Amino acid sequence: MKRISTLMLSLAAASVLSMPAVGQELAGTLKKITDTGVMKIGHRDASVPFSYLDDQQKPIGYGVDICLKIVDKVKAELKMPNLKVEFVPVTSQTRIPILMGGNIDVECGSTTNSVERQKQVDFAPTYFVTGTKIIVKKSSGIKGYDDLKGKTVVFTQGTTNERAIKAYNDEKKLGINFLPSKDHAESFLAVQTDRAAAFPMDDILLYGLKAGAKNPDEFVIVGEFLSDDPYAIMMRRDDPAFKKVVTDAVSALYKSGDINKIYTKWFESKIPPKGINLSFPMSDGLKEAVKSPNNTGVGACGKMKC
Amino acid sequence: MDFSFLSQPAFSGGGTYLDWVITGIKWTVLVSLCAWVIAFSVGSVLGVMRTTKVWWLNGPATAYVELFRNIPLLVHMFIWYFVMPEMVPKVLGAWMKQGMPMPEFWSAVFALGFYTASRVAEQVRSGIQSIPRGQTNAALATGLTMPQVYRHLLLPMGYRIVIPPLTSEFLTIFKNSSVALTIGVLELTAQARTISEYTFRTFEIFTLATVVYVLITMAVVVVMQLVERRVRVPGYIGTGR
Repeated sequence: MKRISTLMLSLAAASVLSMPAVGQELAGTLKKITDTGVMKIGHRDASVPFSYLDDQQKPIGYGVDICLKIVDKVKAELKMPNLKVEFVPVTSQTRIPILMGGNIDVECGSTTNSVERQKQVDFAPTYFVTGTKIIVKKSSGIKGYDDLKGKTVVFTQGTTNERAIKAYNDEKKLGINFLPSKDHAESFLAVQTDRAAAFPMDDILLYGLKAGAKNPDEFVIVGEFLSDDPYAIMMRRDDPAFKKVVTDAVSALYKSGDINKIYTKWFESKIPPKGINLSFPMSDGLKEAVKSPNNTGVGACGKMKC
Repeated sequence: MDFSFLSQPAFSGGGTYLDWVITGIKWTVLVSLCAWVIAFSVGSVLGVMRTTKVWWLNGPATAYVELFRNIPLLVHMFIWYFVMPEMVPKVLGAWMKQGMPMPEFWSAVFALGFYTASRVAEQVRSGIQSIPRGQTNAALATGLTMPQVYRHLLLPMGYRIVIPPLTSEFLTIFKNSSVALTIGVLELTAQARTISEYTFRTFEIFTLATVVYVLITMAVVVVMQLVERRVRVPGYIGTGR
């Protein structure tokens, strides 16, 4: 029922958004923010260190910090210093319907910008570059994807990794038994409890999950990149005014070099809640994306170049 | 509404999206029917146990009913799926997780079956207890023993009385089977969700799922009405129509 109502809302929102802007009047998301005085940010609960909850259940992370910069820009743009920010939790499965339904204005999580998704939503410039790998127990002896033959693999529903591993399974006829799960924490639990042999996910998230595990040394992340996953902040489509504000805010962050400070804070220092340091220096892919901001999505084949 | 996406080749597995829907229907029906077998048989035994005057029969049955019907179905699912394998000996637990075929299916069947059993037990009990005490006394007076009274009077009449509420229970099990998606059973609702993610045809696919659920439950209603008509006792109950 909830799904249907979100859809209704999204239809309504789409018809509003597709109306031509009259003169200099605000339209779309900017108008919505002006009218309600609230900007709604979608966040995740276990996408360490992009968007997750700290021990006070407050959303924090690299993505959340960048989104707060966008909020500052919106405040300046709309001359609304008292603009309120509301955090709304979303999952891999709900993020797109909720965004389209208007209950969030931007999603700051760990969302891959794909050509497929661009048919539904729009993206800010890439803010992280990663790709699919698998996490397995060291004792399992699994070294790569071909070792998964006939084994159980858990995936988080609605992710690009799900598509990547299923496509690989079809192509190589591995006969993998798939186990769907709701979020990354639950998927990782399936590997921890031996219910599944492997969990394919963006490698950086796997490092985050591994670092947070009770016994990190038990796990190992293996495989070549099965897909490319450029992360970006997600917003509604066909809203050029809002997109410009968001894109400008992110680009300014890149140009000023402030991005390095935020990056170091989340990837090369101790992060809450357990004080782990991911020690994950900025990749060449991300350095490139920072130098020339772009929102190129990953192709239908799961790679940047199909 | 445009349903043409159903005939398009699905993202993986080689079939079309319609094939995904059909697999979903298959699992919904399988989970529900298997769970109903458990619910009906266990529920019947427990229901009868609750009507006896023997403390070591009705005590445990009462405890079962109160425990199982007072825990949310979702929690039942999680307990069977996540907790059980960790509580049993390690070898058995490992087998439950990896050796056993379709662990999520069987967890769902047991969770749904044993939960619904507590509800069926109450229906059966109410059926038996709604038969006037005079009839039991009369039967005993003719020389029947208590087990014979159950066999020839209380059970045949009691079950007939509770056919309508049991029909509801049978319908509910089909609808409750959708909770199995939380432990990874790809039944109808889960397939609908997956298809909506792949095709963004949320409205169409959930409309289709709704229609399928209604058709399944209508079929159950028809079957149960046939049963009711078939077994009715002329002059007693079920003759009003």
